[in-house]
Amino acid sequence: MWSYKLSRSVLNGTRNSGIKKLVWCSTQSSAPVADTKRLTHSTIDTSDVELFSKQMKDWWTPDGPMALLHTFNLLRVPFVRDGLVNTSQRDLYPLKDKKILDVGCGGGILSESLARLGASVTGIDASKDLIALAQEHRNVDPKIANNKPDYINCTIEDHAKSVANHYDAVVASEVIEHVNNQELFVKSCIHALKPGGRIFITTPNRTKMSQFFVIFLSENVFNFIPKGAHQYEKFITPNELTFILERNDCHVELTYGILYNPVSRKWDFSTYQHLQYAIQAVKLS
Amino acid sequence: MLVNNVKSLLNRQLRCCIQTTSVRLLCTAEGGYTSQVKDTFRGNYDVIIAGGGMVGCTLACAMAKNSLLSNLKVLLLEASPKSDYQLKSEYSNRVVALNQNTKALMTSLNIWKHVEDMRLQPVRYMQVWDASSDVMISFSSADMMDDDVAYIVENDLMLHAINKELLSTDNENTHIVYNAKIDSYQLPKEKYSSPQSIVKMANGDTYTCQLLIGADGANSAVRKAMGVQYLTWSYEQMGVVATLNLAEECTNTTAWQRWLPTGPIALLPLDSKRSSLVWSTWQDNAKQLLQLPEDQFVDALNDALWKQYPRSSSVETCTSWLSSCLKQVGMADGAARQLPPSVSGVAAGSRAAFPLAFGHSTRYIAPGVALIGDAAHRVHPLAGQGVNLGFGDVKDLTELLAEAVYSGLDITHPNWMEKYESVRQRHNVPTQFMIEMLHRLYTVDFMPVVLARSLGLQIANALQPIKKLIMSQAAT
Repeated sequence: MWSYKLSRSVLNGTRNSGIKKLVWCSTQSSAPVADTKRLTHSTIDTSDVELFSKQMKDWWTPDGPMALLHTFNLLRVPFVRDGLVNTSQRDLYPLKDKKILDVGCGGGILSESLARLGASVTGIDASKDLIALAQEHRNVDPKIANNKPDYINCTIEDHAKSVANHYDAVVASEVIEHVNNQELFVKSCIHALKPGGRIFITTPNRTKMSQFFVIFLSENVFNFIPKGAHQYEKFITPNELTFILERNDCHVELTYGILYNPVSRKWDFSTYQHLQYAIQAVKLS
Repeated sequence: MLVNNVKSLLNRQLRCCIQTTSVRLLCTAEGGYTSQVKDTFRGNYDVIIAGGGMVGCTLACAMAKNSLLSNLKVLLLEASPKSDYQLKSEYSNRVVALNQNTKALMTSLNIWKHVEDMRLQPVRYMQVWDASSDVMISFSSADMMDDDVAYIVENDLMLHAINKELLSTDNENTHIVYNAKIDSYQLPKEKYSSPQSIVKMANGDTYTCQLLIGADGANSAVRKAMGVQYLTWSYEQMGVVATLNLAEECTNTTAWQRWLPTGPIALLPLDSKRSSLVWSTWQDNAKQLLQLPEDQFVDALNDALWKQYPRSSSVETCTSWLSSCLKQVGMADGAARQLPPSVSGVAAGSRAAFPLAFGHSTRYIAPGVALIGDAAHRVHPLAGQGVNLGFGDVKDLTELLAEAVYSGLDITHPNWMEKYESVRQRHNVPTQFMIEMLHRLYTVDFMPVVLARSLGLQIANALQPIKKLIMSQAAT
């Protein structure tokens, strides 16, 4: 842990002085970070919320800092679509009449794509700035002029208090690795879901491979993702997530591995789950 | 502010001037007006298809019939007038050979029914042989689960069948403009944020669209506007076409092709008494052939089909040795050669020639623009593949576009367009390459080359897996 933080701080410490960083590291690691965070009664990690709020300016630039999320839509939108509708009759608005909750919607990259398929989307995010950005951007695309997503600046646990058994689907794409108290997070998501509704989660796995590729290479070497976006300790393995889901009355239907090809810039499903994975589960009752 | 004031003042002044002159010199002023006529905006479309040939019309038809694409506003721009096609007893001299893949596409679009209602000739057997060594390869429908090898359909009949279906598809989102003379294209630069192309017509009409499809043939103006690299060369050859009367009536379901040192000559069956000719030969020879009196042309034709060309004895020895070897192990030795029909006459006025060239566009797409058919690729007619490749483009493009729309993507999203380009180039380029190699291999009369190609052809004819490979590549 210590050495890992240290190496990170050295890599990150191009601007800050090394000593400052070291002090920060030691204070952080002197407290049992993961444990205290998991015990909190809020899912919000303020430092992550702040970090992503800073990306606001270029959030919607397709080849900006959020480029990976934009291209990821090409994989996760069909994933959600095929998880919800399974007919041979192809419709122009396959997700019509489906109520979808996009948890941690950020600037609305996924919310808008789902709205384009006819779904009535509600996006929630802990960042006020990003919700403001999303609310502004939903007026840009004429294709969703009649079906704009609703955005609310709140946490999932607060939102779940007001709506129970409401949504046909809850999507938490690349969010669970940024929250504190993952059990509460999943529980709240499921609370908002109708019985028979589906929950879709995509997140990095917690392996040495994901530490190397998702954090070290993508953040520090190739700058695919903003620096400091991920903390290894907060990653969750498919087994842990499946366990949480099944403990909360869900049945896990699918677990896919996800790979990214940086040359063709394309995402793809695979059987290799060590880097990143997607889970689809159905709420039983 | 000040500048604007001055501008509006000047404008008003100018208008006054024009008005006064128009009152004084009515006729000349009117003339002046029409020549300086302002571009009239005629509408914004989702898709504009430039070129209403076989491939362009099929695309319009496929889009109108696809449940995911039928609500796209499509405009088809066709340069020629709306034709009144009447089926005549005489065959047209331009024909296409359609493969099974094209048949499947046309059946799915309900076009094949119209073709069958008019006329087509199935090819059940195909024989290709080398004039320099008499080695041959044959493809028969027995090799491919008793399915026809190809279908011979006249170009104008095919176009009519497609148009008939397109017009009967009651889709108010499909618009067709005939006599469309396109003046210029203005293509978008940026990749994202909904690009828009502007199409300016010679008569001042302008249209805008999100997705522009270049289906405007080998001299594609859309491709030129895209500014992509286009690899092309002329074969210095022309394809002489004609409708031939056969000396004897027969079932005539065989396509014949003989490789002469000048290029391939092919007889494609039309009905029991007639065949269509495609004779690829050097330009000066082609021009001579066009000018020959009818009887001499028929003689030249029969010569080309029957004449014994000088053989190299070593090639002869090697091929006969190989064929006896093949016979010993029980494989097809290529001795069971069928004899081509002899030609008795040419339908009056059916002789014509068209230039042959190779063309390959290195990119099929640009932001908001895609090329299909001959605009993207052009091949020698020796394998009868040109239009089939174009129909393959149509099939893949509609499938990928529908998939993109089903995923909620824009119709100009680079993701599906890049997929379209790579899928098609992966099929088209190897096919083009093979055809090019065949052409080069067979226009040489150098002994070692003749020997190599003769032995190769014999082996290919004897080995069923190789034959199946060739046929499957040609059928998709």
